Amino acid sequence: MAVDIPRINYSGSIRSISLGDRQQVMVGGEQRYSFYGFEGSSPNPPRIAMEVYDEAPLDWPEAAQAPFAGEMNDPVAWARKCVEVYGAEMICLQLQSTDPNGTNRDADAAARVVSQVAHSIDVPLIVWGTANHEKDTEVLRAVAEAVQDRRLVLGPVEKGDYKKIAAAAMAYKHTVIASSPIDINLAKQLNILMANLGVNPNEMIMDPTVSSIGYGIEYAYSVMERIRMAALTQQDEKLQFPLICNIARETWKSKEAKIAESEDPRLGDAEKRGITLEAMSATLLLLAGADILVMRHPEAIRLVKDMIDDLS
Amino acid sequence: MALSGIEIFKYLPRTNCGKCGVPTCLAFAMSLAAGKAELSACPFVTAESKAKLEEASAPPIRPITISTGNKTLKVGGETVLFRHEKRFENPPGLAITISDTMPEAEIDRRLKALKFYTYNRVGATLRPELVALKYESGNPETYASLASRAKAETDAGIILLCKAVDGIVAAANACSERKPVLCAITESNLDLLAPIAVDYKLPVVARSESLDGLAELTDRLVKLGIKDIILDSGARNIKSALADQVALRRLALLKKFRLLGYPTIAFPGEMTDNPLKEALIASIMVAKYAGIIVLSDFRGETLFPLLVARMNLFSDPQRPQATAEGIYEINGPDENSPVAITCNFSLTYFIVSGEIENTRMPAHLLIKDTEGLSVMTAWAAGKFGADNIGGFVKKSGIADRIKHRKIIIPGYIAQESGGLEEQLPGWEIMVGPREAAHLLSYLKSNWK
Ligand code: B12
Ligand code: SF4
Repeated sequence: MAVDIPRINYSGSIRSISLGDRQQVMVGGEQRYSFYGFEGSSPNPPRIAMEVYDEAPLDWPEAAQAPFAGEMNDPVAWARKCVEVYGAEMICLQLQSTDPNGTNRDADAAARVVSQVAHSIDVPLIVWGTANHEKDTEVLRAVAEAVQDRRLVLGPVEKGDYKKIAAAAMAYKHTVIASSPIDINLAKQLNILMANLGVNPNEMIMDPTVSSIGYGIEYAYSVMERIRMAALTQQDEKLQFPLICNIARETWKSKEAKIAESEDPRLGDAEKRGITLEAMSATLLLLAGADILVMRHPEAIRLVKDMIDDLS
Repeated sequence: MALSGIEIFKYLPRTNCGKCGVPTCLAFAMSLAAGKAELSACPFVTAESKAKLEEASAPPIRPITISTGNKTLKVGGETVLFRHEKRFENPPGLAITISDTMPEAEIDRRLKALKFYTYNRVGATLRPELVALKYESGNPETYASLASRAKAETDAGIILLCKAVDGIVAAANACSERKPVLCAITESNLDLLAPIAVDYKLPVVARSESLDGLAELTDRLVKLGIKDIILDSGARNIKSALADQVALRRLALLKKFRLLGYPTIAFPGEMTDNPLKEALIASIMVAKYAGIIVLSDFRGETLFPLLVARMNLFSDPQRPQATAEGIYEINGPDENSPVAITCNFSLTYFIVSGEIENTRMPAHLLIKDTEGLSVMTAWAAGKFGADNIGGFVKKSGIADRIKHRKIIIPGYIAQESGGLEEQLPGWEIMVGPREAAHLLSYLKSNWK
């Protein structure tokens, strides 16, 4: 009995985009759904960027702090450790300190830190603001200008602040992260606005906004699947961009990533639970179409890389 | 595939007698098509029409019921490739493996694990529901005693991982009321095992290394009268397991290929030795179409994330879970207890009320109807800002239940506090922490 397996007709493909300069990394390029190697190819495997914060995080559980215990006050040392010890393919510097509801560090100070980190690593550097439109406009513009000799990836660039941030990114040849809140139409609309502004489509990736297991991952999962479906099977050019998922902070802020085993033995070992929550959230987003994952725990990263290898 | 109302109508008596509860046969047909009625409500459908209707409306992937100690576990019955197309119907059953050669204490721990790992989250009970018993002793009596223990000491559905006739017969006898799943029938043992499945009326796993072979196998099983079939393509690495799962789902849904229109079983425990990686593989199988997932073991740190992921992916994308608007009393509050407010997204409600319970401090929790949207989502959608929160607080009646005039709002809508002060003259608006988990320390230092 010869079974004839139905194949999907992929009429579109995702753009292949190069990030960084000294050690460039190619992302995207898929011509089929994630890991559907049986019916198409993908030139670039998904990539993982390791997180670094520009101020020592206060609310991380022990398990997430341990690998960086000595470096958390020094973003340069932290980034170097990620690259040198954990083999990070990219770094994502989270500009937590600029949050107006937090330390509220000013744009120039933030730009100085970005510059130091940028000049101490060769892998691509993603710089992530706080999603506060006014503050991100100041900060990311200052960053774009201060680090002219490296090609950064800047985000989140949203509908509320894209004009000025994307213009600055264009002026200094940085890559833009177009970010919209888990909605395929809003994502498309923003990408059109970006194109109208003159952003080079080869200098842009998309952030669909994600959440972790237990906190709404199903919404992100389905929106990403829909984006990929439109891009690959309905030739929607405006959605044919690699997807970046800033997932680590969503995972580790959840209560279940923090509770001690002694508090609820049914939840098992706290460290392994945190790692599993991060790695499993990442795995599901990969299935839905993620090209770049921003991750935290070295062990979770190792596991997810292993999965990527097995599935590719 | 589901039939339309008009198609169903053709098989009804067309007498419009009204016995089914609606006035006309057509109306009844429409209710049937919408899944709002059962065919049995019409006493006059002929047996022949009934059989035809059942045949024509058989779902593309057969739903299979696995007996457990109390309620049944339904697997299969899926209708879409992507959850946003409608929804995923039946969450895959999760099994723990127990070998009949394991030391007594280990068997005991594993049997107990079934109940031990029960979690309550967002108003739902999450727990695994199956045991997979492995025949490794070579001694049918040993195997049978494990099966009878599994029946007596758990309420789990039972899978018999055994290809030896003596083992299967002994174990099936020991737990026959539980209707264990016979795993697995292959081409070479079909003649020996299929009669046992028929005798004991057991669901079976059909296993073949190729999809062609699998289709031939199910064809033979169906001809023997075995309908409850679960498919195992034999893949034991994640790449080919994923490819097979996708192929099987597409064949059933896109081609209506009946011979492979059954739920599937996956064995992440046989794909890796690393328990964390096993959990990741299992999560892929949850998302990509397995009906049963057999794990090597249950451990809280990996099982809990997996159960929650399963609940998330099998939630209905068309309907956000919402809680009723109102005043919720937690830990027996009085007129001096704190008042906090949040939105009516179930997830938010359960997290926040759970955190308040944990503080052991009595409190009034106001739930505002935000159409099932979370705090920030509702805020962004204009459903949880100063205006509408102010109006809600006034009409909620909370003012009559308390002596103070203080209300704690979620930290994520801090920017609304000024506006709220204007909306609620005389009230003190307290900006709470962003995460509900920090409520205890917040209340301790801020509630006087
Ligand atoms: C899932 C999601 C959706 C889902 C809706 C899910 C739902 N039922 O609400 C969908 C896809 C429908 C959606 C839609 C939109 N979304 Co939305 N969404 C999210 C996402 C990813 C997760 C939200 C979630 O479920 N969180 C989990 C719940 C439990 O969190 P929570 O309610 O906030 O509760 C926590 C705290 O607030 C606190 N807390 C809660 N209550 C209380 C009470 C007290 C007293 C205290 C002290 C604490 C406290 O404790 C809880 C747990 O710690 C977030 C981004 C993110 N990662 O957070 C964006 C996000 C909330 N969405 C956003 C937006 C803009 C929208 C849209 C307007 C976009 C659009 N499509 O037009 C729409 C609005 C909806 C509409 N109908 O118009 C923005 C809001 C930005 C902002 N702050 O301005 C976010 C932050 C994404 C972003 N970064 O841009 N969204
Ligand atoms: S009971 Fe049967 S025959 Fe009578 S109206 Fe209903 S469908 Fe028609």
